[in-house]
Amino acid sequence: MSDRPFIARGFHSRRPAENANRIPPGQYETRDFPVLSAGPTPRTPLARWDFTITGSNGRTVRWSWEELRALPHEQPTVDIHCVTKWSKLDTKWEGVSVDTLLALASDGGVNETGFVVAFSDGGYTTNVPLSDVKGGKAWIVFGYDGAPLPAEHGGPARLLIPHLYFWKSAKWVRGLRLTERNEPGFWEQLGYHDRGDPWREQRYQGDP
Amino acid sequence: MTPPLARLEWKVATVVDIRDETRRARTLVLEVPEWPGHLAGQHVDVRLVAEDGYQAQRSYSIASAPGSRHVELTVERIENAEVSPYLCDVLQRGDGVEVRGPIGGYFVWRSEDPGPLLLVGGGSGVVPLMSMLRHHAANARIPARLLYSARTLDDVIYRNELDALAATGGAEISIALTRESPGDWRGFRRRIDRAMLEEIAWPASEGARAYVCGPTPLVESVATLLVELGYDASQVRTERFGPTG
Repeated sequence: MSDRPFIARGFHSRRPAENANRIPPGQYETRDFPVLSAGPTPRTPLARWDFTITGSNGRTVRWSWEELRALPHEQPTVDIHCVTKWSKLDTKWEGVSVDTLLALASDGGVNETGFVVAFSDGGYTTNVPLSDVKGGKAWIVFGYDGAPLPAEHGGPARLLIPHLYFWKSAKWVRGLRLTERNEPGFWEQLGYHDRGDPWREQRYQGDP
Repeated sequence: MTPPLARLEWKVATVVDIRDETRRARTLVLEVPEWPGHLAGQHVDVRLVAEDGYQAQRSYSIASAPGSRHVELTVERIENAEVSPYLCDVLQRGDGVEVRGPIGGYFVWRSEDPGPLLLVGGGSGVVPLMSMLRHHAANARIPARLLYSARTLDDVIYRNELDALAATGGAEISIALTRESPGDWRGFRRRIDRAMLEEIAWPASEGARAYVCGPTPLVESVATLLVELGYDASQVRTERFGPTG
């Protein structure tokens, strides 16, 4: 692959060296929290909000807002990386581990399959292999930086999968659908990479 | 939607022309080898690699219309940033710059898309909307309106071209100046608000498609207001620009 970079005449690094090993290739560190979404911010009243996990066998386990909030909480502090090039270090979240939800779903008869489609208010979807949301790698979060998650950042609740590009961390998430096969989601059908590992720079389809 | 299946390769584009648009924004006219063409609203990634191997990438919206001979990017200079000052101040005609694209398949407008077209932009958020307006001007089947918010008249990008579009009836152009405006200014003198959208936006019953691009507060506000005015959320497509440098 002819990917030897072209040197930009007169361009010099301005990155502070201290965090260089935490910033994936092509990314830069921001202290802001940019907002990116494809449409208007949906607002579902909490009384009508629920979260479901559905298996390919048709079984569904459902949590109301209060039921989800009553599950054991975790407070992950993680680095996040957006495909639009910004990375933000040491972000502090509060939520429920997807492991906890999957275990309860299994108890409720949901069968475990290899892939997951997360779906959201507003119609957004994103796909991940099950292995990317198991083993302490993913959460359904409703708190950010000590406060309720703001709507423009995905509140009341969003998926958090910090080891993948941030479009995988679906905002306004309402559930997970476990599937037998990989089913590309919203951006994945529009040319973005199926997995989205920032350390391998898997931004677009065809990237390694 | 036909997503690209082959890898989007980095290509060294040549800067064939540079146009200053405002004090802070300039347009780079690029000759991109084997450019596959783009849709109005898409963007490219730009990569800068330093001698020591350090690299920086940013996304920039394409301003030129689909089918144009060259790819035009309009870049706003963000102070103390690392990429936009390079593109605005260092890069010269004849230089090479790495790009790959086009990218993005949702914030795009095709001339066959139904409904009247509503474009709402703030600041350099007008850039992808300009690609749509240029495309629309060459393929006008449906009416188009642009509502564009800028700080001052001097900050209005593409001002002459927008004036010409309005004069020829190619599109209806409304400009809102938020900080200062000339004494004889006949446009809006405030931020985009509900009353302004009630006046400018096509009634929801006409089945309009809206594209909203600009800083996050503007996009959040406009998209929410359009939904309140009856627009179906799926007909409001947004792209948010942060001060990302």
